[in-house]
Amino acid sequence: MLAKDIIKILDAEPININTKHFLEKDYQFCFATDLMSDALAMISNDDGSTVLLTGCCNIQSLRTAEMLDLELIVYVRGKMLDIDNLDMTKEMRCNIFTTHYTMFDACGRLYAQGLKGVNVE
Amino acid sequence: MLNKSFEVVNQDYHNMGKVSSQIKKMLLQIGFDAKILRRIAVASYEAEINMVIHAYGGNILMNVDDEGLITLTFHDLGPGIPDLEKAMTPGWSTADEKARNLGFGAGMGLVNIKRVSDTFDIKTSPAGTILTLTFKGY
Repeated sequence: MLAKDIIKILDAEPININTKHFLEKDYQFCFATDLMSDALAMISNDDGSTVLLTGCCNIQSLRTAEMLDLELIVYVRGKMLDIDNLDMTKEMRCNIFTTHYTMFDACGRLYAQGLKGVNVE
Repeated sequence: MLNKSFEVVNQDYHNMGKVSSQIKKMLLQIGFDAKILRRIAVASYEAEINMVIHAYGGNILMNVDDEGLITLTFHDLGPGIPDLEKAMTPGWSTADEKARNLGFGAGMGLVNIKRVSDTFDIKTSPAGTILTLTFKGY
């Protein structure tokens, strides 16, 4: 699923866009969690084709994305980064959006359109 | 080939992960592959978080030898891990409310570190914990 379709399905607003042409990037998987250790455990073999949905909109969600080379985070429930953390996003490759949908609804909308969960061994 | 020491500050939640970010960037400059860098970054980040949240900070030493073997040593100043077997159990955590609010305390830290490392050695005592990890860079 293309990034631009994910954004459309989630009716998401941009917080920060850092990667050129990322709207045309194809995403195969989604992982949804507020626990960053779970994200680090489940996405660590990924090649960057996973979108992270989270309600954890603090600096550690950005660090987690940095460690995993994730290029797309969508914050759920309309959450926003504060100004200090927004500055940090400028140094990153990550593109960050916010959606008004809850985690459950956001996951359901993406799953219904064919996005898959990450493979768990 | 490369030796570098980094300080990790106790309870510094805002800068938690900064050292691991530096380590990843330095190893990228040497030319290691993105996949191995991701594994190293995940292990380093989890270990750094443990040092900040649980173990009063400490030092991280990075060594890269001529064969591309990367060794990370995390030497913390904490009280040690009373029950290592429990700490290695998925889901077991003693993280406080503040750490949980930042997205940590899932009880996956040490388990995850061991999973992504080529070798994993941990020695703990009331004087602190020394975690040594190695990764084959090539």
